[in-house]
Amino acid sequence: MSGPGLSRREFFTNVFRGRNLALAGTGGAVWAQLVEGQRSPILRRRPPGARAEPDFLATCTKCGQCVEACPYDTLELATFGEDGTGTPSFEPRKVPCHMCPDVPCVAACPSGSLVPETAIEDARMGLAVLSDQENCLAFKGLRCEVCYRACPLMGKAIELEFRPQERTGKHAFFIPVVNSDACTGCGMCEHSCVLEQAAIKVLPHELAQGRLGSNYRFGWEEDPVISKDFDPSDSVRPDAWQDNTSKVLEALDGLEETTTP
Amino acid sequence: MSWILAHRYLVLRRLSQAGILLLFWLGAQMHMGWLTGNLSSSRVLRTLPLSDPYAALQVLATGHPITSTVLLGAVLVAVFYWMVGGRSFCSWVCPVNPVADLGRVIKRRFRPQGQLPLERQARYGFMLLGLVLSGILGVAAFEWISPIGMLHREVIFGAGLGLLVIPWILLLDVFVLRHGWCGSLCPLGAFYALIGQISLLRPAFAAERCDRCGDCVRVCPEPQVLHFDRLDVMGFVGAGECTNCARCIEVCTRDAFSFDVRPGYSGVETATTES
Repeated sequence: MSGPGLSRREFFTNVFRGRNLALAGTGGAVWAQLVEGQRSPILRRRPPGARAEPDFLATCTKCGQCVEACPYDTLELATFGEDGTGTPSFEPRKVPCHMCPDVPCVAACPSGSLVPETAIEDARMGLAVLSDQENCLAFKGLRCEVCYRACPLMGKAIELEFRPQERTGKHAFFIPVVNSDACTGCGMCEHSCVLEQAAIKVLPHELAQGRLGSNYRFGWEEDPVISKDFDPSDSVRPDAWQDNTSKVLEALDGLEETTTP
Repeated sequence: MSWILAHRYLVLRRLSQAGILLLFWLGAQMHMGWLTGNLSSSRVLRTLPLSDPYAALQVLATGHPITSTVLLGAVLVAVFYWMVGGRSFCSWVCPVNPVADLGRVIKRRFRPQGQLPLERQARYGFMLLGLVLSGILGVAAFEWISPIGMLHREVIFGAGLGLLVIPWILLLDVFVLRHGWCGSLCPLGAFYALIGQISLLRPAFAAERCDRCGDCVRVCPEPQVLHFDRLDVMGFVGAGECTNCARCIEVCTRDAFSFDVRPGYSGVETATTES
């Protein structure tokens, strides 16, 4: 790299000149900003088996082999200007994931960003959420059920819950309910929703789900465990009050001695 | 016909660049499995993996492990370019090369003034910066802004704003920095230049034929590699920044240049073929 007749010392003093350091600093800041500015989109639907988003973004080589492998042309690489440039995702309203049993997109991934040998039922591309109860036909008392029937895991990922219909007094609401332990986020429901804007949408899990604090214990679920673990003798001995009382009495005695003349 | 003969390597390079792009495009759009993926990672005939070694280094810099597939692919690519001359990638494969060459043509015609001075060595700084930023940001930093990746991906998988890199690079190269992207900025070119320092295939130089006319220096996109004092001593273009584009071979009226194996390796070469 050093030109002819340039000693190692001269080379390094050349490299660490103020102008070069300023250039590297400015260039680095602009570069970092360009990368940060196109970080993960808020609403993203990654291919099946995608690792947690930070790991996915770090390892995905943006090669598009998953895109090529998908027989339904579900996946697309984000173009420049879209968030997550070059990374694959899909738009269920356009083309949902058809949950191929052999998961060709995962098999094609060279980088392990899509965890190898993911079974399609274990995929978590997102979570379907019935986000608009005001417009969902089922909540108006109509028999729609389209999302329920479109779901590849019908009855598992989406169940119908029957509720009494008070307006007529003799019908029932058929309410679609999503089970997070079965829903793969394939987006068939969002794709099939008959509304102009889907009332049910696949959302990233951190948008869709809350997280319970670890301090919560529900008595109706954990009562037997709590009563087994709980042993009053662990915390307080039955005669412990006596220790304290005698200490207090001693202290009071000392107080009296010093105050009486 | 004589034009084609005089530009035979240029024609071959354009065919190579277009052919590779076409094979990738056929893979992505027509599901023909000769070459699937893109320059970042791909498979030949859906089996043999290839990977960009600089991208693999950036992933490692983020602290994430790379798979054996990516490792094998990166080693294969690195070994391949060690054999054919590191920056052969730049002039025979990279889709930005025709853009940069167009920029050089425009620049030669209009000769705009007021160029930013930036050393050609700056690229090595940017190459290191790419690895450092990968470590800090937790993603392969160059892959997120690479005009090569954007242009290449969007030609293959569908066009978007990434095609804007064509006017950007033209404007940069013509008005701001001479041969700026490929010559001073590109970290991937810098990485391949390091491989090129020791690569096998190089333009050999027959000092006794040269009359110092300087045609080669004028046509070379990296003229600093044609340093006659060094060429006389070494007998070949040793610098890794040479892209093996062969313009010097074509342009020389006295046939002073020709492709050959780097002298230090010729002994090794015969030894391996004999064993």
